[in-house]
Amino acid sequence: MDLPLFLQQLLNGISLGSLYALIAIGYTMVYGIIRLINFAHGDILMVSTYFAYFGISVYALPWWLSVVVAILLTALLGILIDLGAYRPVRHAPRISALITAIGVSFLLENLGLVVFGGRPRAFYRPDFLNKTYELVGVHIFSLSIWVPVVTALLLALVFLLLYRTRVGAAMRAVAKDMEMVQLMGIDVNRVISLTFAVGSALAAAGGIMWAMKYPQINPLMGIIPGLKAFVAAVIGGIGNIHGAVLGGLLLGITEILLVAFLPSLAGYRDAFAFILLILILLFKPTGLAGKDTIG
Amino acid sequence: MSDQHRREWIYKLCTYGALAGLFAFLLQVQNQADEYQIRILNVSAIFVTLAVSYNLINGVAGQFSLGPNAFMAVGAYTTALLTISPAEKELSFIIEPIIWPISVLHLPFLPSLLIGGVFAALLGFVMAFPVFRVRGDYLAIVTLGFGEVVRVVANNAQSITNGPLGLKGLPEYTNLWWSCGVAVFTVFCVTRLVKSSFGRAMQAIREDEVAAAAMGINVFRHKMLAFVVHAFFAGMAGGLMAHLITTISPTLFSFFLTFNLLVIIVIGGLGSMTGSIIAAVIITYAGEWLRAVEEPMAIGPLNIPGIPGMRMVVFSIMLILVMIFARQGLMGRREFSWEWFCGFLKIGKRRG
Repeated sequence: MDLPLFLQQLLNGISLGSLYALIAIGYTMVYGIIRLINFAHGDILMVSTYFAYFGISVYALPWWLSVVVAILLTALLGILIDLGAYRPVRHAPRISALITAIGVSFLLENLGLVVFGGRPRAFYRPDFLNKTYELVGVHIFSLSIWVPVVTALLLALVFLLLYRTRVGAAMRAVAKDMEMVQLMGIDVNRVISLTFAVGSALAAAGGIMWAMKYPQINPLMGIIPGLKAFVAAVIGGIGNIHGAVLGGLLLGITEILLVAFLPSLAGYRDAFAFILLILILLFKPTGLAGKDTIG
Repeated sequence: MSDQHRREWIYKLCTYGALAGLFAFLLQVQNQADEYQIRILNVSAIFVTLAVSYNLINGVAGQFSLGPNAFMAVGAYTTALLTISPAEKELSFIIEPIIWPISVLHLPFLPSLLIGGVFAALLGFVMAFPVFRVRGDYLAIVTLGFGEVVRVVANNAQSITNGPLGLKGLPEYTNLWWSCGVAVFTVFCVTRLVKSSFGRAMQAIREDEVAAAAMGINVFRHKMLAFVVHAFFAGMAGGLMAHLITTISPTLFSFFLTFNLLVIIVIGGLGSMTGSIIAAVIITYAGEWLRAVEEPMAIGPLNIPGIPGMRMVVFSIMLILVMIFARQGLMGRREFSWEWFCGFLKIGKRRG
């Protein structure tokens, strides 16, 4: 394997990894705050791509506008799911909350099948993402550059929110000790709703980029990115945003390199994430970055 | 003979009577019912086996596993590869030829089924080491991961599993006697295990792992035992399922199957074997009744078009509602007993 090809695969890996990371941040924020594996995260992502799809092809909005609308609608969906399904089981045993989350995931998938139909639909990709540049033998696909850039921007926004705003401070406080924060007079439910909104919006951004990368959407498309991002979050230490980024990049890069250098194992690609997860949990049961709180 | 002794005798007789009743019922069904009804009864018996064994690990031992589909897949593939005749195997493996020892093996149904169960149990044994290093949510996700890994392997190990094409032409061995026989056997074994000191230790682990360990219970060994027993019966159920529908492919053993089982044990009540049995039968039948929802209907002048996929929507909503409003499920952790039953019917109770 020569250097240009390696660099090219590395770039692809970083691109995929940052996508995983972006979705994983949403997972990790929700987990960090209410200790709930939001199994429906991947399916929320799926719904967001349909919002964008309908905006572009049915309502003929400009693509960027329908992306913005889709992200806002998805944030709203996140709040509604929290209100309808998760808030009633908030003080129930952990297992009840986990089962509820699995139920919500299945509900979104099957409702998607009923409402949108099982037929895959082609997703729009703007022209500027379709270009390929060549630099000293390395083929650079413009989308592969844009994905990490957008992820970095959104990540910066998340950090601004968490560390430079009052509500961000409230989020970090809720993650540390929910009961105590309640006693301090902070409306915990509102903070959690906001977290769901932010997490879902990040999932939407990730989902729409995912749909542009693999330009086809269907109601079950959220399963794979959802699982991979979750694995990324756990690898990095769930609840920890830095860990999610680290885990996402690690997973994306190793996955791409594995497929590139050992093509005979390409069929096992979707199992690879879990094998890596199992190996890492064997040695570090709380993930690479450890720590069980947000921030 | 003391009063207590006599009661136990009567309850034992009641159990045998109920088994005889089941036998008579099956005989009647076998002779009179149509193929569709027999099939649904078969499916519900297989789901009883699955739910009871799944409840052992999730409800009794309190280890939230999401990987029964992995064990079912292993059991189904192992059993199928043993019962399909070598000639048939050669015919279906078109893309890559089947590897040697499997290509010539050919066994009757019972040994194949047992070997299927044993292979699943072996997988459970191997899985236990990484799985029980973690707890709670992590355990759920690691077991789910194993399910996914098994499915991907089944998809790719073409010279053993025939890849995405799957195996077809399985002999149709599963009938009411097999499915109900295995179900009764499973219920017997699992309830005996739950009532034994092993079972009580498992329940202690469910309630408080640290305290259980402090009392001298070997936590890992008990978790492993529950897991391996669950795997064994899930593997047998997989074999039965395979020989009922006579074709298997990796897509059959996706997370979807686990979800179905989860709905059953949650609705029945996590930790109640009786609940699992009742819910397995109800959910299987409800799934069939709900097919009506998916068909076009005409209520008076109103024409409602068929909505395929509606069944799963209903099940998902049901699961969420049970979790919100009736977390205990049908039975909570209670079990059926003749004592309770007689009390319910007010038989043998001293009056006054």
